[in-house]
Amino acid sequence: MLLRHTSTEMKERSALTVNPAKTCQPIGAMYAALGVHGCLPHSHGSQGCYAYHRSALTRHFKEPVVAATSAFTEGASVFGGQANLVQAIDNIFSVYNPDVIAVHTTCLSETIGDDVPQIFAKAKADGKVPDGKFLFHANTPSYVGSHVTGFASTTKAMVDYFAETNGHKTKTINLIPGYVEPSDMAEIRRIAETMGISTIMFPDTSKVLNGPLTGKYKMFPEGGVTVEELKQSGNSKGTIALGRTASLPAARALDAKCKVPCEILGLPLGLHGTDSFVDTLRRMAGVNVPDALNLERGQLVDSISDWHQYLYGKRVAIVGDPDQVLALTRFLVSLDMRPVHIVTGSPAGKKYVKSLQEAVAEVPEEVNIKVPGDMFLFHQWIKNDPVDLIIGNTYAKYIAKDEDIPLVRHGFPIYDRLGHSYFSTMGYRGALRLMEKLLDAILDRKDRDADDITMELVM
Amino acid sequence: MRKIAIYGKGGIGKSTTTQNTVAGLAEMGKKVMVVGCDPKADSTRLLLGGLAQRTVLDTLREEGEDVELEDVRKEGYGGTMCTESGGPEPGVGCAGRGIITSINLLEQLGAYADSEDLDYVFYDVLGDVVCGGFAMPIREGKAQEIYIVVSGEMMAMYAANNICKGIVKFAEAGGVRLGGLICNSRKVDNEMEMIQALADKLGTQMIHFVPRENMVQRAEINRKTVIEFEAGHAQADEYRTLAKKIDANEIRVIPTPLEIEELEKLLIDYGIAA
Repeated sequence: MLLRHTSTEMKERSALTVNPAKTCQPIGAMYAALGVHGCLPHSHGSQGCYAYHRSALTRHFKEPVVAATSAFTEGASVFGGQANLVQAIDNIFSVYNPDVIAVHTTCLSETIGDDVPQIFAKAKADGKVPDGKFLFHANTPSYVGSHVTGFASTTKAMVDYFAETNGHKTKTINLIPGYVEPSDMAEIRRIAETMGISTIMFPDTSKVLNGPLTGKYKMFPEGGVTVEELKQSGNSKGTIALGRTASLPAARALDAKCKVPCEILGLPLGLHGTDSFVDTLRRMAGVNVPDALNLERGQLVDSISDWHQYLYGKRVAIVGDPDQVLALTRFLVSLDMRPVHIVTGSPAGKKYVKSLQEAVAEVPEEVNIKVPGDMFLFHQWIKNDPVDLIIGNTYAKYIAKDEDIPLVRHGFPIYDRLGHSYFSTMGYRGALRLMEKLLDAILDRKDRDADDITMELVM
Repeated sequence: MRKIAIYGKGGIGKSTTTQNTVAGLAEMGKKVMVVGCDPKADSTRLLLGGLAQRTVLDTLREEGEDVELEDVRKEGYGGTMCTESGGPEPGVGCAGRGIITSINLLEQLGAYADSEDLDYVFYDVLGDVVCGGFAMPIREGKAQEIYIVVSGEMMAMYAANNICKGIVKFAEAGGVRLGGLICNSRKVDNEMEMIQALADKLGTQMIHFVPRENMVQRAEINRKTVIEFEAGHAQADEYRTLAKKIDANEIRVIPTPLEIEELEKLLIDYGIAA
């Protein structure tokens, strides 16, 4: 009972966050930057800022996560971080030789007001950036937004720094996958490829953070979007941005900069979420949906009808990042489940809350929604009004254990289970996998609780 | 749209000069936005007829991140759009960060969007460029043009010279340039010649010499610009002239700051000691 002090008495809190359901902007910035081929993320701040973020990503992906730091000291905070960053750029290109350095700022460098483009100009003027090598940056103070904001800003920076247009549109479609797993990015791309569509996806962390063990260490794995592709993205026919909070800024920037029209969708999670993605791809590219995808869809629909009775009416509490939470909520409601307690740790705006409210409009009971909220509130809600299932990241396991409620792990971070890096929850297949996990959790619990008389073979 | 930042030593009359000049531009039919970058939040008082403005940062603190443009922007004299960054009370917090936060927010909210049809944005910045935050208005993509308010007093000239050092740093990377010095007269001996000489040494111009005139204070007490308070007064014409000169100005340079000895020599050659 590690959280036994969580009380059932609800009190209005104006400032304090207890057990946050979010983390720092630079984690998202680092994760997005790793989705660029040959890119070394660089944290412009003190050493702790990069050490913790590297370790958080390493624990989630079980892969070595490389990054560099400006290693601020007292001196840098007084005089500004220019000298450190220029030196770092010089060192990084001569020692590690990446294609790209992605600089993200931290609370300290933001507060002292370091102007990164000006420092880049200085580094270039001093000859510290070799020909054919690139720099880009995003402003990511942790006292604004969350890790999702950091991811969104870094993705947008890829557009701001690299996207170009020559006025001739290609048939390619840009995909901005949002803050999802490497396996999800691979699945999103596979769906488009199955439809015969050529794509540029950014960022793309597949094969970077779920690579094979070969016995040989590669600092820059083969995956990731290349700078050349990022440049080309300005000539694409259209952009599909998945997940409003993580992908909208980049899509809008590309529209404004290179006149690439964009469609902003929810994550392709669940039947309707994937339908909307596939349909948008079909319309934008002017192709037909191939039988292979219709087969996957049909199998999902079949499973939904076969297993609906076990999911019907089950009450669920969901905590996570905004785009994931919204897509999950929509999927659960479509399965006739009842998401009753919903919390995102990240701020996401009034429009987002409205979308969530619309998604649960048909749930036949009152639904608690808090954006942004924390896991303490989430736990209080569950204590006062228990549920059949919790969906959340690894931190939710303390609540699940204390309240003796099954937990399905979903989102970031997952430190204690295998799977998320390799098995996607996106697309029709991903929806099947997600259903499998929901059913396993619910039915395992039912078997566990059954006495000799109610125990059933077929259920 | 021209984006202009006004710098200068504390108390030199930046806010007063800015607002009177803006009133002049508004009279010419220009659409102007004023962004006050001073925790005291008094950069738009004369245009709004009092400290009626809720600052960006107060709004952010009280209402959270869901702020609308209408919450932080008010219309003042002649259709000018007025915003105040605001900031912490003296002695606490970080005013520099406050400016970064509020300018970012205004951008996000689309205050500078093409649809606003602005001819001018004026940033009225507190004192010297004391930290990174106070340089925010002259970073890449923001103000392109700087005017420094100065007088014939040594410390004002010293501050102007210091500000030029800051401009050089940002000018090399971005596109910001010095448009000129505005002399806000303190009736120091030989003031006009001295500021003219300072401008020459800095590689810029003295765009206008604003004479000292009590009418400015009288209008200020009545929470008005001179142009609004006493439209026919000679001082109102001075500000109109300044507005016209800025509107027509095409001289924009990277300044060449002086060594301190050079600055002192200037004072000896022209100033009180002469």
